[in-house]
Amino acid sequence: MEKKDKGHSRRTFINNGVRLALGVSVVGTAAFSVKNSASGKDYVWQIDPFKCTQCGRCATECVKATSAVKCVHAYALCGYCDLCGGYLKPGAKRETGAENQLCPTAAIQRKFIEEPYFEYIIDEDLCIGCAKCVKGCSAFGNGSLHLQIRQDLCVNCNQCSIGSSCPSDAISRVKADEPYKIKGDWIKEEES
Amino acid sequence: MLKKFPNLAFLLILFALLSGSLLQAQQRFPKPEFDSGYVQPDPTQPEPRAMALEYFDVLVLLAVLSLASWFAVKKRSRRGLLWLSVFSLIYFGFYRDGCICSIGAIQNVALSIFDPGYAISITALLFFVLPLLFALFFGRTFCAAACPLGVIQDLIIINPVSIPSWIRKTLGFIPVIYLALAVLFAATGSDFIICRYDPFVGIFRMNGPFLMIFLGVTFLLLGMFYARPYCRVFCPYGVLMGWMSKFSRRHLTITPSECIKCKLCEGSCPFDAIEIPVDKAYRNPEVSRKNLKKFILYIVLIPVLAVTGGWIGSKSHVFMSRVHPDVYLAELMISQPELREDEENLDIQAFLESGDTFAQLVEEAGVIRDKFRIGSMVMGGFIGLALGITLMNQVVFRRREDYEPHKGDCFSCGRCMDYCPVEKDR
Repeated sequence: MEKKDKGHSRRTFINNGVRLALGVSVVGTAAFSVKNSASGKDYVWQIDPFKCTQCGRCATECVKATSAVKCVHAYALCGYCDLCGGYLKPGAKRETGAENQLCPTAAIQRKFIEEPYFEYIIDEDLCIGCAKCVKGCSAFGNGSLHLQIRQDLCVNCNQCSIGSSCPSDAISRVKADEPYKIKGDWIKEEES
Repeated sequence: MLKKFPNLAFLLILFALLSGSLLQAQQRFPKPEFDSGYVQPDPTQPEPRAMALEYFDVLVLLAVLSLASWFAVKKRSRRGLLWLSVFSLIYFGFYRDGCICSIGAIQNVALSIFDPGYAISITALLFFVLPLLFALFFGRTFCAAACPLGVIQDLIIINPVSIPSWIRKTLGFIPVIYLALAVLFAATGSDFIICRYDPFVGIFRMNGPFLMIFLGVTFLLLGMFYARPYCRVFCPYGVLMGWMSKFSRRHLTITPSECIKCKLCEGSCPFDAIEIPVDKAYRNPEVSRKNLKKFILYIVLIPVLAVTGGWIGSKSHVFMSRVHPDVYLAELMISQPELREDEENLDIQAFLESGDTFAQLVEEAGVIRDKFRIGSMVMGGFIGLALGITLMNQVVFRRREDYEPHKGDCFSCGRCMDYCPVEKDR
């Protein structure tokens, strides 16, 4: 009887010791992880429009079936052109090569403002984030059209699946209280 | 004035050629001055989920863990655990879309330790730490009622089959390898493989790529007969939970007081986690001598396995490092220089456009590969060590006269408690 008790207490002792060691290592790991981190803020994913090369993967790589990436229009940069690469002007010819920049879902709509200016509006329900219009606007226009991750649609995956396949490393974590990098009020120099 | 700019197409092309990145901040077409009093709208910026709600998630987790531990250890209520688990499935699974979860948080912690540039969110850290601490005191109650991935599998168990011990133990080693790989890839900033191959997140979101949904449905179908396949054969967090739970202060018990060895609970566990008394085998001198010999052999083998593992690991670092996109790209461009001309290869084209020199890329890739050299060696050593300890545990017999749950493997689901006919001692 006495022998059994002895074995029991030894086992309890070892168990307590190992438990303490495990507990200390878990808490220690956590403490080290906090100490090593710049801040404990929450982060969300966002696209740097100046790094984006409009490869089109935003439309296909997002875990959501219709991507959380949408085209955003920085009106402050827009020239209000009569001709917008992404917008199919009624009656326009469609064999010039320019039609390759057209929005495939006709998500770009326009509104007449005054002669000769037009305001271009993105219908985000239709936009699939393919960046065709962005490519055209960056190459031939002011670059006012650009891609952004819409935070109300993004499920904020632990690892952005577009980000890990983005060829230009344009997607990174940004602080949740400044969740957008919209061109115009956010400029390249600021970040670097 | 650029009123009708189709006429100026040649000018545009000229601009495009001249401007390059210099003019990016400037505008090709000047901002119009409107006469009609039109005011430019601002682009909308829908807010992300509020921070307060993230903290609320942690509170919910804490509440669920506390309740689950109370149900499992004190109240002994299978029904309580079941309903709590349904709540967790709905909240953490379907409402919170399965992200952030404790399993994936391993990677955030690993990355934050090895990359000072990465800041871990408090939410992710607490999701990693809290279940482990609870396991240290009450067993794997997280697995029973808080983990949406576990619960979704637990609820569809129909006809679980019992698997021979050696197959279970062999399959049970896969999570250790998975854990080691996940930490290696996260720490080197290569990839979050746990999240990439999370089988159920697509189901929680009811949306996702084909492979994800396919994997999820396959696991669920398999799970009807092999209970909780993901938890037992893959879950890397389960490895950590098992370690904690093995030394837990308290743990769910099958019987509320004295075990009468009625064997009623034997078949109740879908996970083969109930250990039967080993009294007789333990006392058989021949078996015991044989086991002692094996035990000594395995003890000697542990350092050998660890060193071998480390050696194999360090040999594999070149191969492993290819998971990192930069290393992959650098290797691709060295081995197939003709791909530089390939317009279809987006990765190479984007790199060429970025303005970085090839030498820079190769240098970066070299740095990452050096990290892998050490990382793979540690990983291999860890796997070897774990293998040695697993082997050693095969021949360690503790005197056990009662039916007890295996503290490491038991998910604390509480099914066995319902089968026990012993009334609680007052």
